[in-house]
Formats: sequence, C-alpha cells, structure tokens
Amino acid sequence: MDKKQEILESLSLNERKILPLLKEKVIKEIAKKSQLEEVAVLRALEYLGNKGILTLNSSSIKQVDLGVNGILYKQKGLPERRLINVVADKKTISLNDAKKSSGLTDNEFQAALGALKKKALIALTEGNLVFNGNKEEITTKTLEEQFLEKLPMDFEALKPEEKYAFESLKGRKNIIELITNNNVNFEVTELGKEIINESKNIKGEDLIEALTPEVLTSNSWKGKKFRRYDIKSPVPQIYGAKRHFVNQARDYARKVWSEMGFKEMTGTSTQVGFWNFDALFTAQNHPVREIHDTFYIKNAKGKLPDKKLVEQVKKSHEKGVAGSKGWRYNWKEEEAQRIILRTHTTALSAKTLASLDIKKLPQKFFAVGKCFRNETVDWSHGFEFNQTEGIVVDENANFRNLIGYLKEFAKKMGYEKVKFQPSFFPYTEPSIEGYVWNEQKKQWIEVLAAGIFRPEVTEPLLGKPIPVLAWGPGFDRMMMGIYAISDMRELYKNDLDQLRKIKFLSQ
Amino acid sequence: MANIKISRKEFEEYVKITKEIEEQIPQMGVALERIDENEIELEITANRPDLYSLQGFMRAFLAFLNKKPGLKKYKIEKPEKNFEVKIDSSVKEVRPFTACAILKNIKFNDEKIKEIIDIQEKLHQTLGRNRKRIAIGIYPLEKIKLPIRFEARKPENIKFQPLESDREMTGLQILQQHPTGREYGNLLEGKERFPIFIDANNEILSMPPIINSHKTGRVEETTKDIFIECSGSDFEILNKTLNILVTMIADMNPEVKICQMNLIYGKDKKITPDLTPEQIKIKLENINKLLGLELKEQNLSKLLEKMGYNYKGKGIVEIPAWRTDIMHEVDIIEDIAIAYGYNNFIAEIPKISTIGEISEIETLKKRLAEILIGLNITEVLSYHLLTQEDLKKLNQKPNIEVENSKSEYKYLRKDILTMLLKTLSENVDNEYPQRIFEIGEVFNKDSNEETGIKEDSKLGITLADPKTGFTEMKQILDYLMRMLNKEYTLESGTNSYFIDGRCAEIKVNNKTIGYFGEIKPELVLGIKVKVPITGLEIDLKELL
Repeated sequence: MDKKQEILESLSLNERKILPLLKEKVIKEIAKKSQLEEVAVLRALEYLGNKGILTLNSSSIKQVDLGVNGILYKQKGLPERRLINVVADKKTISLNDAKKSSGLTDNEFQAALGALKKKALIALTEGNLVFNGNKEEITTKTLEEQFLEKLPMDFEALKPEEKYAFESLKGRKNIIELITNNNVNFEVTELGKEIINESKNIKGEDLIEALTPEVLTSNSWKGKKFRRYDIKSPVPQIYGAKRHFVNQARDYARKVWSEMGFKEMTGTSTQVGFWNFDALFTAQNHPVREIHDTFYIKNAKGKLPDKKLVEQVKKSHEKGVAGSKGWRYNWKEEEAQRIILRTHTTALSAKTLASLDIKKLPQKFFAVGKCFRNETVDWSHGFEFNQTEGIVVDENANFRNLIGYLKEFAKKMGYEKVKFQPSFFPYTEPSIEGYVWNEQKKQWIEVLAAGIFRPEVTEPLLGKPIPVLAWGPGFDRMMMGIYAISDMRELYKNDLDQLRKIKFLSQ
Repeated sequence: MANIKISRKEFEEYVKITKEIEEQIPQMGVALERIDENEIELEITANRPDLYSLQGFMRAFLAFLNKKPGLKKYKIEKPEKNFEVKIDSSVKEVRPFTACAILKNIKFNDEKIKEIIDIQEKLHQTLGRNRKRIAIGIYPLEKIKLPIRFEARKPENIKFQPLESDREMTGLQILQQHPTGREYGNLLEGKERFPIFIDANNEILSMPPIINSHKTGRVEETTKDIFIECSGSDFEILNKTLNILVTMIADMNPEVKICQMNLIYGKDKKITPDLTPEQIKIKLENINKLLGLELKEQNLSKLLEKMGYNYKGKGIVEIPAWRTDIMHEVDIIEDIAIAYGYNNFIAEIPKISTIGEISEIETLKKRLAEILIGLNITEVLSYHLLTQEDLKKLNQKPNIEVENSKSEYKYLRKDILTMLLKTLSENVDNEYPQRIFEIGEVFNKDSNEETGIKEDSKLGITLADPKTGFTEMKQILDYLMRMLNKEYTLESGTNSYFIDGRCAEIKVNNKTIGYFGEIKPELVLGIKVKVPITGLEIDLKELL
C-alpha cells in the first residue's frame, strides 16, 4: 500500500483532530481549539512524530518560583522579618514572649532564630533575645526579600546576589521551588504537509476505532476500514504469577537426580545431633559441633535410635570399627541427644542407610533441602542455605564410578569440562572436590563435594562396610550464578517487585 | 583447615615454581589460594596439620614430586642425664598427659621464631581444639634447671610472673586479669588444681594451657637449645604434635639435634619424641576394589613413597610418626589414589538399574503451586527463623528458640501465615493487589516426636487487595479441592488471625486441616497494610 495511505488510515481520532490545527504552533492554542487536554495533545504530537508527520524538539527550562510558604511570606514577611521587628522594638525579650508576639509556629520560630543569629542581629542570653543590630540596618530589604518579590525567574539567568538568596532559601520548607518546564516545539515535515492536505478528504467516521461488542454484532463494521494501529508503540509491562525462583531451581535438581535413577529422601530440618554428626563419624569435640557454628534448640533433648546402633556408633568413635582406630575419646550420649537444625542433608542419608535393607542393593537416593548454620547475615553469608546430595549404595561401587557420576552430574548442570582434586571431609575417604570450567568467566569454579563414606560410618549404619558414594553441588552458589544474583539475601528477600520481574530458569 | 603463607623466595629454595609445579600442588590435596611475586598462600585441610609449616609442606611435596620419595628419616639422640619430666599423679584430674623434647643447636632468627609461633598457634586452634586438646610450650633451655616436674596445684599456691605482665600473679589472678587467662580460662574453670611445669630450682615454667612464665618462657634470637612440651588428654595426639614440631625445626637447620626425654608416669615410663613409624596392613584386593583399579603389588612402593610412606612388602606400610590422620586402611587408599592422580582415573558409570522417584510430598507441593499460579498467585519463600521484632509486629509469643544465634533471627516459625504477613509488611511500597502463597515446613513442640518438635508441611495464601473478601478465598479453596479431587466440609471456626464470623474451619476426612477467612483489621494495620487481606492455611498431610 502507498505509504501515505497507510499513515492516513492509522491516524487516531485525536491525531486527526489536531492535524488541521498544527499551524497554530503553540500547544496551548492547539489544546484550546481542539478541546483536548494538553497532555492528550502532547501524546498525539508524539504519535504524529513517530509517523513522520512532524519532528519534535523538546528543551527544558529551569524556573525558580514561589512555594506554598513563599506565597504566604511574600504577603506577611519572612519569619525572620517578623521576629526581628518584635525584638528590635523591645530590645530584650524572653523567648516565649518573642514567639507569641511574632505569631510564628515552632518551625518558623526556629528557622527565624537561625537566620537572625547567622546575621548576628540577635544574641541569646539567659533565655532572652537581645537586639544586637541598629534600626537602620533592619529597614532595608534583605537579599532574600528582594528575591522573593522578583519571582518567578529563569534559573540560568540568576545574578550572583539572587543566586545567594536562592541558596539560602532553597533548604527551607516550601519557600521557593525549582520547576523544570519542558518546552516542546515541532516542525511539520514535507510528508506531513501532504498528509494534512489529503486528510481533509477522509472523514473520521469512515475508520473504526475499537472493535466493541456493539460494533461487532451490529454489523456496522461492514464496508468500513479499521484504523491501522502503530504496532511498534510501547505498552505498559505486565507480570504473571510464577513459582519462586529458588523452587524452580530445586525442582530442576529433582529432575536431574530422578533422571539419573535416584529416589528422593525427605525428612525434618530439626534433627537429633546423633544423625547429623555422630552417625557420620564427626567427633563430639569437632569444631563444627560448637554452638557458634551450629544452631542448637534451647532446652531440648531428643531420643536416640535403637540401642544396638547407638552402641555401634559409640564404639566407632571410641575404639573404631571395621579395623579402624577410631577417634579415641569418651563418647557421650547426652551430646548426641542435643537437638539441632540440620547442617547438611547428609543427616537424611544417615537415616536412610540405617533403615535400608541391604539385601536389596544397589540403591540410589537423593535429597534437596534447607540446611542451617549459625551465621550472621550479609551478602555472602546466611543462616539458611539449600543443599542437594545423592548417595549410591552398592557393594561394587568404586572411586571410578564416583568420578563417572560426578562427570555425568556436571554435564546435566551444563558443564562439559570437569577436573578433580583431593579434599577432606570427616566422613568420607577418599574425598573429592570437583571443579567445572565456566566458559563465560574463563575460570574453574568449585561446585562439587564428594567422597565415599568411611567404613566407620557404614559399618554401624549398614551392618557392614558397604561402599556408599556421596556427592552434592554448592547449590546456592550455583543458583546465584544462574540468576546473576550477587547478594545471598536476595534469595529470601521476597521483594514482590523483584519476584514479578525475575526471569524463568532457562534449563 | 588453615591457610598458610610462604614467601616465594623460601619456597624456591626447595623447588623452582613453574606452571607445572603450580598445577601439582592441588593434585596433592592442597588448594593453591593465591600466588604472586612475593608470596604463596596455601589452604591446608584439617586432616593434615603436618603441612602447616613450610618445612612440613615441602617434605610432603618433594616426595610427591618424586624428588625425595619415601619416609624421611631423622636422627634422634637418646635422653641425656636429667633429660627427664616427672609427671605427678595430681595432673590426672586436669591435664593428664604431656609429651616433651629437647632440641639443640638451633640458630634462631626473628623470622624463624615467628614461623614457630605461627605453627604453634595453628596447632592450638585446629588439632588442639583451641588448646583444649593440645597446649604447646616452648622454653629456652639455658634458663631451666633439669629435671622438670609436671604437677597440679591449688591456684592460690601457683605464683609467677606470666608473659606480657609486669608482676607476679596467682593462678586465679591469671585467669581473671591476664588477657590470655581470660581467653582460655574456661578450660580450667571449676578445676580444684591447675597444672604447672616446674624445674629443679622450683621455678614455675608455665601454667598450661594458659601461659608461660616471663622468666623462663620466652625464646629469643640468642636461644640455642629449647625444651618443648605438649600437654593434653590424649597421649598419642600429643606425641604426634610434638613430632610435627621437632621435625619442622630440625628441617630448618641440618645441625639441629633432636634429643629424647624420659617421661616418668609413676611406674610407667615413656620416651618422647618417638619417631618410630607406625605400621598398618593393607590389602591389595581392598585397594583395587575401592578404587576400581588393577594395581599390582610392585606398583604399591612407588605410589606409597610418593605420599611419604615406606612400603615394607606383604602389605605392610610404614606411616610417618607425624601423620595424625591415619586410622584405617582407607586413609592409605586415599593417599594411593592421590598418588595415582585423581584426574588419571577413567570415569565409569556402572550399569546398575535403579528407578528414580520424586517424593510424594514434593510432587503434591508442585501440583499445588501449579494450580495457584493458574489463579495468578505468586510464590514466595521465607526464612524458617523469625526475629523478636517480627513477633512483636505480628503480636505473637516466642515459639521454639535456638541458642546463641549470631544474627537477630532466633525463633522457629510456627505457621505460614506469619511469614506471609511479614512478607506483605515488607512490600507496602509495591504495587497492589499482592497475591502470594508459600508452601513450607512449620515447627511446633510435640513430645511424641524423636526431636520433641513436630514439623508439618503447610500451604499458606494471602491476598492483599482492595477487592478481596471471604468469598474469593472460599472460591480458591473450592477450586483447589476440586482440582485435587478431595472432598471437604466447612464449619464456622475461630482463629486468632481472622475476623470472628468470617472464619471457616476446613475439614477433610473429618480432620481439621486448616482455616481461612478475612484477616482482623488490627493485624492488617499492625503490619502497615492499607487494603483488606484474606488468608488461608492448610496442612498438606490429608491432601496426599
């Protein structure tokens, strides 16, 4: 279609209304003649600009004008004027009387005192105000007073003394204000001129605006054209409800694990210390068990599992089992009975192993869950964190399998390049740390912790030292990477605005 | 775990740093934290305190590089006359053991003294569990008259001038007034007698695990010979700590002589330092099974020597007397894997068949979330802990409390509505309507549970909206139940959150699963929200 024709058919009612008025040049005039609001005229001009009918130029001018109080003071005088008149009259006057006689409010009185003290016109002695100037001095108008009388003025055109008055008044409440006025100019283009000419031939009624139910069912649309819409003009953003992004990530982890044949373990966040530590061969004097690392529940004591298991774990710590020397100390039941907020999901793995039927091996389990540590809250720390981990219980499992699983797991997280390094955890031996290559950052990042449970762990829990492969990624760190979050606290801030805007997980 | 800093120059006196060397360090299990022209920073894991010094690290690293493989031997001198520590039975109740040594011909300079103090502190903090398990004292020998006694005395009978003090103090005064005493005083708290080392002139050398005497307890550049003691409750760990120290100092200078001391524990006599390697038996079969390798016996020597062990044949491995972490064959097997190279293992996923499964409760949570999102309600996630201020704002009593929280968060949440109202209170400046839900665990006391705490999975919904009301929430509940195919009944309910007469109790299978209704105006205004709020909270158990 002809470009001109296309534009003609896309003109809205308001645009058509102001087209013939463009020669007026002044927006106020256009508004008056078209009987549109000034904003509507401005918007229509903008749309006409988008269509190439005119070019818009806007410039802004800063103006200084009287504020609400300014208008008042222009009539009644500034508070300092009203106060000095009272003080100059009496020479010495108590604060209270001065306030009363000047008729100033608390705030005004304070402001007036400040202003006069600055000019050394008054002094405060023993609760009385003393006049310090001479009568002549106060008869002339101050710079501020002169300035107020001259307003409104162009900000750019202020002379030095006016600038001084401006600076002195701008900090005070609503005396003056700085207004930015946008000045819009436009110029009709050649194309515009042609369109203005031709638009006279099209009647607005020939174009259908909104397709309303009435228009639709009355058949009045037949034989008419629909006004063309500007499909490129911006619209306000909308947001839909969605899952919390942390849960999206947790669900993704569940998907990865279950695809690899792992079964989900669930369990409580509060745990008897036994499962979180003792069953995992973490000695009772290990620093992680100290109160400044782990959350203990106040005045709480839990129940231990059956005697046989407790005895085995005790032996494992004190003398060792399965050929181990153990930690060699006096293991105490009371310590194991303390209730904690779990520090890792491995507590669930320990419980799962304890109730496992070892005739039905191999088996694979995973957990995704919240864990806790006694920490302050800042950008890189929090007292809650997410963890996920998997275990493989298999008589024939070995270190090469562990590396195989780790590589596969990293691949599912989107990392092809993986490297490994020895590490240390109290309940695994051998222990591994896995690094993946981050192509964007061009660096290795540590994301996997892994190992094979020590026989001191498996012998009491399973009845014999069957190898258990275990690993888990640094979940929160991974999430922060995926969502480009640099502050841990964002994970739980629940700023609805942020939640509305955050993007969906791409994996 | 500890980070150690080594000057690059000193490092390079042992081995020149190349790209390849940089890559080898982590392969030994030591993370290379940082490296620049002047300094190298290494992170040593908690199981290897023998690597806390430059000398200890280098001993292991040179073996790992096959430059000096095998167990390093040290010459050790038998006790001379009076090289003796008599342990009085009175220490049994407070700090029962000590392991001691004398070192001669040391050429100290300030740097070396600093290095020794450094490792001493690291050992105190980590292996020594802040001096509880191990306390170390080092003394210039020329100021001591041998033999030495280790005994415990009533604190008022202990009097000496401690380091960093200008006057004599009694045992109790040290605990109360001396900075080190205040820091570690808890270790002697409640003890009737405090332990001391005292020499043949009846001069008190120190009061472990707190502080040395000013007179005899400061090593200086002129010091040539030293007396070292480690005291604590586990003799074996003390002996190994002593070994870590004496071998480190011996490695500083080839002229250093390690001298043993006689320790008289009543009738029982011990000699330390004891650098005799411990032996452990390993089975080739176990190694190959756990690692998935096919090693032959003749491969073992080389791999073990790379990790600083000696292999004696027939499965017998000699363990260096400074290794504190070997308690089982698997510890040796890990070292074999490290020597083999973690990145040389060929990855293999076994062909075993297991069925993957997402738990029932998580599946339900996901379904609920999908249904609610379809109703344009957004999911939020909150902390499990609340602050005192949160409770005050929501007019609630403290629930289960954690001890000693480092932040102001210390009360476990008892329901989900609390969390949702808190979220609304933090979003008063954001656009309305605010339609949110959360699914999560809540905590309440219950003596039937093994932890004494019952945890329930719950769903909570709040709608903050000028147009919301009882009907809307009822519609949501009804839709939810229809989608889950669950029958439910409603009864008029009372609940602290909801307006009386506008609160419904929800029952499934004749069990109350929760409530919904219009939130009381005082609660709405209390959290500074200016639009009506409707809320719902249900337990998920009956919905499974």
